[in-house]
Amino acid sequence: MKVLVPVKRVIDYNVKVRVKSDQTGVDLTNAKMAMNPFCEIAVEEAVRLKEQGIASEVIVVSIGPKACQEQMRNAMALGADRGIHIECNEFPESLQVAKLLAKVVEQESPGLVIIGKQAIDSDNNQTGQMLAALTDMPQGTFASKVNVAGQSVQVTREIDGGLQTLTLSLPAVVTTDLRLNEPRFAKLPDIMKAKRKPLAVMTTEELGVDITSRISTLKVTPPPVRAAGVMVENVAELLTKLRNEAKVIS
Amino acid sequence: MSILVYAEHDNAQLKTETHKLVTAALQLGEKVHILVAGHQCGAVARQAASVEGVSEVFVADNEAYAYQLAENIGALVVSLADNYSHVVAAATTTGKNFMPRVAALLDVAQISDVIAIESADTFIRPIYAGNAIATVQSQDSIKVMTVRVSAFDAAAEGNDAPLVELDTVIENQQVTFEHAEMTKSERPELTAANIVISGGRGMQDGENFSMLESIADKLGAAVGASRAAVDAGFVPNDMQVGQTGKIVAPQLYIAVGISGAIQHLAGMKDAKVIVAINKDPEAPIFQVADYGLVADLFIALPELDSALT
Repeated sequence: MKVLVPVKRVIDYNVKVRVKSDQTGVDLTNAKMAMNPFCEIAVEEAVRLKEQGIASEVIVVSIGPKACQEQMRNAMALGADRGIHIECNEFPESLQVAKLLAKVVEQESPGLVIIGKQAIDSDNNQTGQMLAALTDMPQGTFASKVNVAGQSVQVTREIDGGLQTLTLSLPAVVTTDLRLNEPRFAKLPDIMKAKRKPLAVMTTEELGVDITSRISTLKVTPPPVRAAGVMVENVAELLTKLRNEAKVIS
Repeated sequence: MSILVYAEHDNAQLKTETHKLVTAALQLGEKVHILVAGHQCGAVARQAASVEGVSEVFVADNEAYAYQLAENIGALVVSLADNYSHVVAAATTTGKNFMPRVAALLDVAQISDVIAIESADTFIRPIYAGNAIATVQSQDSIKVMTVRVSAFDAAAEGNDAPLVELDTVIENQQVTFEHAEMTKSERPELTAANIVISGGRGMQDGENFSMLESIADKLGAAVGASRAAVDAGFVPNDMQVGQTGKIVAPQLYIAVGISGAIQHLAGMKDAKVIVAINKDPEAPIFQVADYGLVADLFIALPELDSALT
């Protein structure tokens, strides 16, 4: 069974983003970029399936500018076998990404697509679900446990108030939550090896998907700044302030 | 313009998320309908009909909808969507699960996590963990959106809207519900609580969260956690407050032993009053705190506990 893992290049999660003064977006000039953390978890899960002999091949896909290949090579260093880069100048919206991925699914017929539940830049949490709908695959979102058995996969999902376990027939789409696994670090020899793994490049035109945006961003502004607070000396002073000044407890 | 609101419930009770969605929907247009999909959910439907501003409630009561499976709910919503200018659901794990399917099947983009409505096609939503706020305009004919309910007030009850039974049954054979393990708690839900007290890595282990629980019970508060505490295995993920967990906006948020990583701040910085207790005076959490206390939490928490009655 092939496992397809889409990955996104995003700003490193430790970097504090700055909004551009002309309000057109976020300033990414010289910002440290990385693989989206949820995508890393997806790669790790796929690689583990391969190590268990369940997956035969792990294919990593990324959509966006040429620089995305850096994150694809990272995924290969972690154990992905080959890559498909769909090159375009911008990062398309979730619906267009899902349509492009649906084309790749059509070509590769994976048994499982494992994808991060959300990207930490656009914070949409949409692509996996959209892909599942477009390809008529069942979905197991926000997964904290994935268990492939025969022609189905059991997925434990992190939902509000607890956990829900579903059985999905394969092929299926799984989106990763934080506690699914702890991704490994790439070893130097694997980083070297990854450079020689096959990486195909195609365009959105070749796949016949129009990536014109349906949503226009009118402006991007910094969030409102909270007024500076005060430091208190001890618990007694804290409680007095909360009772008499903030009036949030009785 | 008619707006379809997807009701959030547990088959027994309508959740206040729905009342908040109605407030958001009324900013989009005057005609607001609610869809209640579930199993043996008659009481929920009657409660939905009582929400002020709602003109009609559709009820799809079938076993297929008992567990809110995205495949079934998504297709059900799509079957109704043509009559609406907007389809609105809460940005909860239910709404996040099925709404992108609705959008994809209708071939429209989805606007996630709306925190304010400028006009019927222009919305405000946080990006980059809330470190930037985007104003976006949708060109699609049907706007499919999830709403961050903590940003809206709850609509009142007292209405008596008509109920319409739907007999559409969609049961996808590719997915089967196995079981659910729901956390049982007497405390309020994180996203609905007026007061939230959260612990971070500084709590050192899961057992120490009992100190927070004791204080929470005295304050009528919910207990949350930072991602670091969840990653360290102290507490389950459904307690996580942050970009990748729950977004809360209580009257009072007390952060204990939490350094204040960007991704945690994204989940709580809209709280009215923030208190930070941390032994590191340099912790970034103090930059957003209204009241900061530099102290060892293992001394401060028992003090706080005994000072409360």
